[in-house]
Amino acid sequence: MTLAMEQTPRLRPGFRFQWEPAQNAHVLLYPEGMVRLNDSAGAVLKEVDGQRTVADIVETLEQQFPEAGSLAEDVGDFLKDAEQQHWILFT
Amino acid sequence: MNGHHAMPAGDRPGIGPPLWLLAELTYRCPLQCPYCSNPLDFAQTEQELTTEEWVRVLRQGREMGAAQLGFSGGEPLVRPDLPELIAEARQLGYYTNLITSGLGLTEAKVKAFRDAGLDHIQVSFQASDPELNNAVAGSRKAFDQKLAMARAVKEAGYPMVLNFVIHRHNIHQMGDIISLCERLGADYVELATCQYYGWAFQNREGLMPSKAQLQTAEAEVNAYRERLAESGSAMKLIFVTPDYYEERPKACMNGWGSLFLTVAPDGAALPCHSARLLPIEFPNVRESSLHSIWYDSPGFNHYRGDSWMPEPCRSCDEKDKDFGGCRCQAYLLTGNADNADPVCSKSPHHDRILAARKAADHATAGLEELTYRNANNSRLFFRG
Repeated sequence: MTLAMEQTPRLRPGFRFQWEPAQNAHVLLYPEGMVRLNDSAGAVLKEVDGQRTVADIVETLEQQFPEAGSLAEDVGDFLKDAEQQHWILFT
Repeated sequence: MNGHHAMPAGDRPGIGPPLWLLAELTYRCPLQCPYCSNPLDFAQTEQELTTEEWVRVLRQGREMGAAQLGFSGGEPLVRPDLPELIAEARQLGYYTNLITSGLGLTEAKVKAFRDAGLDHIQVSFQASDPELNNAVAGSRKAFDQKLAMARAVKEAGYPMVLNFVIHRHNIHQMGDIISLCERLGADYVELATCQYYGWAFQNREGLMPSKAQLQTAEAEVNAYRERLAESGSAMKLIFVTPDYYEERPKACMNGWGSLFLTVAPDGAALPCHSARLLPIEFPNVRESSLHSIWYDSPGFNHYRGDSWMPEPCRSCDEKDKDFGGCRCQAYLLTGNADNADPVCSKSPHHDRILAARKAADHATAGLEELTYRNANNSRLFFRG
């Protein structure tokens, strides 16, 4: 199933995204659990605020990383995966 | 894109930071569950840490990189400074978990904790019906209170984790338990089969389910999982099966002194909440900083790496996977904590696990024959 660009992702209730200096990484925290994110996952989740659509996020990231070219597919794949992991919801 | 990363490096080669801090605020508890993981002699514990001492521990832990914080006990709600500790912890950036029986909780407290920044409340139940729940908990009003508090937790917008300790007297309720959780709107359900430490070890024969009971329960959980998936429910079932029915030991605490740091009510710092029973000297946060405790104390370095391992672990190609299993279990079952965890079929002491399985097939003891966890019973374990 493809992800519609006008959908808006948000973190699932009880999930918190933050930078951890000791791990030199962004992490997702949830009840009694933690996922250490790699750089690209951290960059995408940083833009997930429950306000902006997938299209907005792709646009922001393409501006941040102009050398990366089109990011729509990578971002979409990651967000779908994050939904399956129960990290995020779409509205 | 895959979201995961390798584990971080700490301040010493080969030793990562303590990412999880468990603050056992007190051993006091209104319930008397016969499988409690607290030490048998908890009633002789010296003075609890003060608010200032806990705040210092929280700050030091966070500075070292701890991100997950559990407030547990005993029943952490008996500490009047809990709201203050929650606020401090949240402000430091911890993800804060309150692990509670629900007794002593009120709707007002649920909301006040939320305002102080508490991230999550885990309410434990003993069974799916009031009779059995209250008999196990040793409290007549426990079940109704737990139900009311589970609803209040949900109402206040917390993620809801319900925890059930599973044993031979409630393992037949799996379907009812899960259906209760579904009605309450749980996000996660922990079905944690008893682990035999503390009071649970003392009561093992009266708690351990038989293999047949376990297989029925597993089938019931799996069937329920399929139904949840079909209905699109996001409720997650976490069924922790007992290691006594495994042939290889669990990678206990993900390795000794690897991720977890427990601070007991009197300030003893431990690599897990059971380690107190080992004949090893552990440091106290009243005397040392968390940093020197974690990286430099003999207690925390005792079972790091693998040079301490005797056979069959020493030459085993799985030693990096399970770290020889659990030190506490090795000590409780063989008298020597260096030994391989007897759960392992390669252990020369595996017969003790087999004997426990056999006993579980023939056990007849009722709930009333268990030793309940309370101060009177605890005193029997240190008065001699």
